[in-house]
Amino acid sequence: MNERGMTSQIKFFWKYFKRNRLAVGGLTIILIIFIVAGTAPFLAPYDPGKTDVSLKLKPPSLKHYLGTDQLGRDVFSRMLYGARISLSVGFVAVGISIFIGILVGAIAGYYGRWVDSLLMRLVDIMFCFPTFFLILTVVALLGPSIFNIMVIIGLTSWMGTARFVRAEFLSLKERDFVQAARALGLNDRRIIFRHILPNALAPVFVTATLDVATAILVEAGLSFLGFGVQPPAPSWGNILTEGRTYIFDAWWLTVFPGLAILLTVLSFNLVGEGLRDSLDPRLRGRR
Amino acid sequence: MRHPLLEVRSLTTHFFTEDGIVRAVEDVSFEIYPGEILCLVGESGCGKSVTGLSILKLIPIPPGQIVRGEILFNGRDLLKLSEKEMEGVRGNEISMIFQEPMTSLNPVFTIGDQIMEAIQLHQKLNKRDARKKAIEMLDRVKIPSPEKRIDSYPHQLSGGMRQRAMIAMALSCQPKLLIADEPTTALDVTIQAEVLRLLREIQREMEMSVMLITHDLGVVSEVGDRVAVMYAGRIVEYGPIEDIFHEMRHPYTRGLLESIPQLEVKKTRLNAIPGQVPNPLNLPEGCKFHPRCPLRIEDCRREEPPLFEVKEGHYSRCLRWKECR
Repeated sequence: MNERGMTSQIKFFWKYFKRNRLAVGGLTIILIIFIVAGTAPFLAPYDPGKTDVSLKLKPPSLKHYLGTDQLGRDVFSRMLYGARISLSVGFVAVGISIFIGILVGAIAGYYGRWVDSLLMRLVDIMFCFPTFFLILTVVALLGPSIFNIMVIIGLTSWMGTARFVRAEFLSLKERDFVQAARALGLNDRRIIFRHILPNALAPVFVTATLDVATAILVEAGLSFLGFGVQPPAPSWGNILTEGRTYIFDAWWLTVFPGLAILLTVLSFNLVGEGLRDSLDPRLRGRR
Repeated sequence: MRHPLLEVRSLTTHFFTEDGIVRAVEDVSFEIYPGEILCLVGESGCGKSVTGLSILKLIPIPPGQIVRGEILFNGRDLLKLSEKEMEGVRGNEISMIFQEPMTSLNPVFTIGDQIMEAIQLHQKLNKRDARKKAIEMLDRVKIPSPEKRIDSYPHQLSGGMRQRAMIAMALSCQPKLLIADEPTTALDVTIQAEVLRLLREIQREMEMSVMLITHDLGVVSEVGDRVAVMYAGRIVEYGPIEDIFHEMRHPYTRGLLESIPQLEVKKTRLNAIPGQVPNPLNLPEGCKFHPRCPLRIEDCRREEPPLFEVKEGHYSRCLRWKECR
């Protein structure tokens, strides 16, 4: 991807993006979560795995900001480390899904004909599976680990991206500059990835952002069901599920991870929508 | 006698559509000699652009297909080359520029990036040398302050500038042949003249041949050496520019020339060729022009006339070429 081309595009839509206050707010929250996740070892007041039964189920206090769990572990520290897992699952899964989606969509859209029919039928087939249960099955077979979860979420969520990358390619490949690029002697690979793809990337970013939110939710759901990140490793989902038992006695064990998930997912959705509005010229006039 | 740089022999390109076969180019033959400008003239839909695209094998397949013919470039038949070998010819030995400078440049790259891409691809130069060469090319097409303009995006340039940038890109590898498909049609008249002059100038400097595709006889008269007039996928008249303009031997060419508006002659109505361009799916029998032809006779309906040699180097596809002047 061309560096200067990107900068100009970014400048262009930042102008519109920053008018959308909710999206800017979402972006700020995401950045904060990012920083927090990145510096968790320095920010966390306690070792997230250190148990101390004498301190079990203590409510939030100045010593333990978000209280302690049934084993006396510091919830705040566990949440910070959990953020790392949630974000990395979100981003790696979406990275995989975007990669496959772009590849499949670009090839289908550019070559058309039987290649297109074949790949799009594959997309239809993938769409038929109830994804969550497919993931459950695979995790049950391969065993739950962060790595497996990231890969499996990625492998089951690329179809939407593939569909609209294909749609973008169908219209972009008819543009004159593609013909001109061919007349200059560029090969298909260069035309697809260097000339057409950058023109199709804007909407990919939008779905990618929205997909990160979905992936984080899926991971939380899996961990909640016990098929996700395995204890003692902390993730927002399994902090939530451990706290479920004590929901009437220790509200802080479920409320804070729940809020964290809500806030993160909401922020990604707001940013996604803000991106979409500022990238789509037809929606720009609205705000 | 000089050897032609490009020799197109019985080129036939068809499009196999759902509604039937569109015979876009039928048995077209012509030559382009080194250092000359050959103009391919005709109305829209007569197959002139398809001829240009066929030479570079840029016809979308399917539905298009080059059914027959030979395209000899320096003695090598381009139609026999593999796609990989064609990529080495395109942009390097034969370049093409298109009608719409607005849309022929990729909006997300600077013009410099796009010119450098062609240079780096074909000439294996490093980035810095390629940039130097790109600036040199922009200077050559008379873009002011090329060191600055090289980092402009297409949308920051005017139409004329963009077409110049396109020309710079197409010529950056010193091709021997440039196919210019209506290069000035989308520009306004004053800029048209400038771009044409520039094209002519560079063509002389680089001793390059040009195949200029146009519907505008004004453009032809300004820069052409030889002219091929196309109608319904066929060449109907072919010869040196003086012969075509002053001793045309085909009623279609005459119709085209008479329909040019002239300032000196006061007339209430412009001359137009009666009738319409035939439906390419359903071409008339015999001479394709006969339904619109003022000189038609019974024989025209029966079979397609061959190209008659009017005199050396001047051909006409009309049975009554002797009477047509």
